[in-house]
Amino acid sequence: MDSAGIIVAFWLLSAIAVGSAVGVFLARNLIHAVMLLVLSFVATAGLFVTLSADFIAAAQVLIYAGAIPVLMVFAVMLTPLAGRDNGNSLYVVPGVLLGGAFAVIVAIVAIDAEWGAAGAAALAGQSFATTADAIGDALMGRYVLAFEVASVLLLAALIGAIVLVREDEPA
Amino acid sequence: MSTLRMGRRLPQRTVPRALMALGALVALGFVAVNAAIGYVVIDGRLDGQWYDVRDLGIGVQELREWLDDRNADQPGFLDFLGQHWISYAVTALLGATGILSVVGGALLILIWVERRLIGRMQIRRGPNRVGPYGLLQPVADAVKLIQKEVLMPRGADKVLFLLPPALIFIPMIVAWGPIPWGRQMAYLDIHVGILFLIAISSLTTLVIFMAGWSSNNHYALLGAMRTIAMMISYEIPLSIALLSVVLLSGSMQLSTIVEWQSTHNVWLAALLPLAMFTFFFSSTAELNRTPNDIAEAESEIVAGFHTEYSGMKFGLIFVVELGNTLVVAALTGTLFLGGWSLFGLEEWIPGYLILGAKISAAYFLLVWLRGTLPRFRLDQLMKFAWQFLIPLSLINLLVVAAQASIFARWQVEGVVSLGLFAIVNWAAAIILVREWARRMGYRPEREAVRQPILTQGVGGLQAARRLGASELGTRA
Repeated sequence: MDSAGIIVAFWLLSAIAVGSAVGVFLARNLIHAVMLLVLSFVATAGLFVTLSADFIAAAQVLIYAGAIPVLMVFAVMLTPLAGRDNGNSLYVVPGVLLGGAFAVIVAIVAIDAEWGAAGAAALAGQSFATTADAIGDALMGRYVLAFEVASVLLLAALIGAIVLVREDEPA
Repeated sequence: MSTLRMGRRLPQRTVPRALMALGALVALGFVAVNAAIGYVVIDGRLDGQWYDVRDLGIGVQELREWLDDRNADQPGFLDFLGQHWISYAVTALLGATGILSVVGGALLILIWVERRLIGRMQIRRGPNRVGPYGLLQPVADAVKLIQKEVLMPRGADKVLFLLPPALIFIPMIVAWGPIPWGRQMAYLDIHVGILFLIAISSLTTLVIFMAGWSSNNHYALLGAMRTIAMMISYEIPLSIALLSVVLLSGSMQLSTIVEWQSTHNVWLAALLPLAMFTFFFSSTAELNRTPNDIAEAESEIVAGFHTEYSGMKFGLIFVVELGNTLVVAALTGTLFLGGWSLFGLEEWIPGYLILGAKISAAYFLLVWLRGTLPRFRLDQLMKFAWQFLIPLSLINLLVVAAQASIFARWQVEGVVSLGLFAIVNWAAAIILVREWARRMGYRPEREAVRQPILTQGVGGLQAARRLGASELGTRA
């Protein structure tokens, strides 16, 4: 855990993630902001890799770096009235408030957590070779209700989207 | 005098000297590492036995043992050099260089192979002027592309315009990581290999959008949108097809999937015909190859997202498309054709040769498809993905899931159960395709067979000779 490579990777990836996240906020061009957001997501996936969470890292790349930016790009390109610049708007104040509140919560949890129980010494005996199996068991076993509810929600969203874009058939 | 004046007017060298020196250094280092690999392989450095350098598991082990021995001889040696991560770093470097060399060399050759094969299929000769049999044609093409003027459209987004030709390489190279070339011979044998491959390949869409948007050109942007719409549509059946592979073999790790096929003495292509067809067809859409290359069909529309790229930047994008084709061929070989295993023959033949042969076969199939099939229209393409491939692959997934749970629960003899599954799956595939096609209204053309129109071209004369002079006479 504490070898030199992991430490270098952690600081490098953190710097990229935080730097590009700041860049999302500062970039004036909306497309540049989306691209910087992708960079931030990829760096976060790298952080997951340093934690041996390979399944979550791959899912992070697949969903947050592969799928969601495409959705954003389509939203930007297909809404003609939306501005192309990432300038100030009325949403800055609530955005900053929400982000600040989230940061405070994360900080409180981080200070409050007992890191000794989840530290390297405590985890050394456990094997993390098969995170995909563990996640699959949890999703299909203990949390199956939440999993099914989420899938029904997604199905409803899918059907709703099809209904919205469907052309009226000639009577 | 006039030539001198013209010479003075030539544009100054635009690439800084320092950058050129850096590039030369990198190239020299690349050659040196390759030479080292060749030396180690040929000389059998690693305790006098034959090892493949891409066999990273053995490499890491050897280096770690060597480090430990040195540490035993001179205490403190390990502290000075750092820890065992050095062995991992060295083998990682060697493996990455190996992959880059193999893929790079293959790309150079395959441009020629593809053009020659297509030429043969179209009854012409293909490139045969530069070097013996035209083998140096790719080199000549690259030299020509490098000499071309570098164009940057007015109003283009400079950073986002210059990045894609480099960025588009990353998914292509990284996708080679999890592919096993033999027992314990994968560069990046991660547990979630297939998910990793899907995730990596989905990054290409974003790079394509970057290229299309930053060009400041309507055609490039439209082409990028077309390509993205096609790619995200075909990603769904592709992922479902791969999911059925995962279900039956019970793992997402590519080496485990190959081991599964090896222990059960069966290729997954025999068990999952519909999944293999879906994978192969969707891949041609992901690759922008015929029959699904309407997004950048050169002969019909403006060339898609790379309209504004010139010179070697276009060359890079072109080469990456070829490299992705090779990746798909390797994946087909690994997932559906048994990978490095060949019914026990892998004891005698090195695994990477077997996989290489399978890659070549799958690649030939892709070239063959390109040489024979016409293009789909864009609406036909989308309709085929959403109304044909996705429902069929969902039904197929359900069938395979039932089979996988039967296979996991009851310890039936593998020959019996897998044979039954194969029969059921082939029957299901044929019935599903037939009935769904009938429902969709696809019908085979029932026109009378037309007589071939004989021209005086090469093929026409040959066909005339085959048909015989009498028939030719009646037509004339």
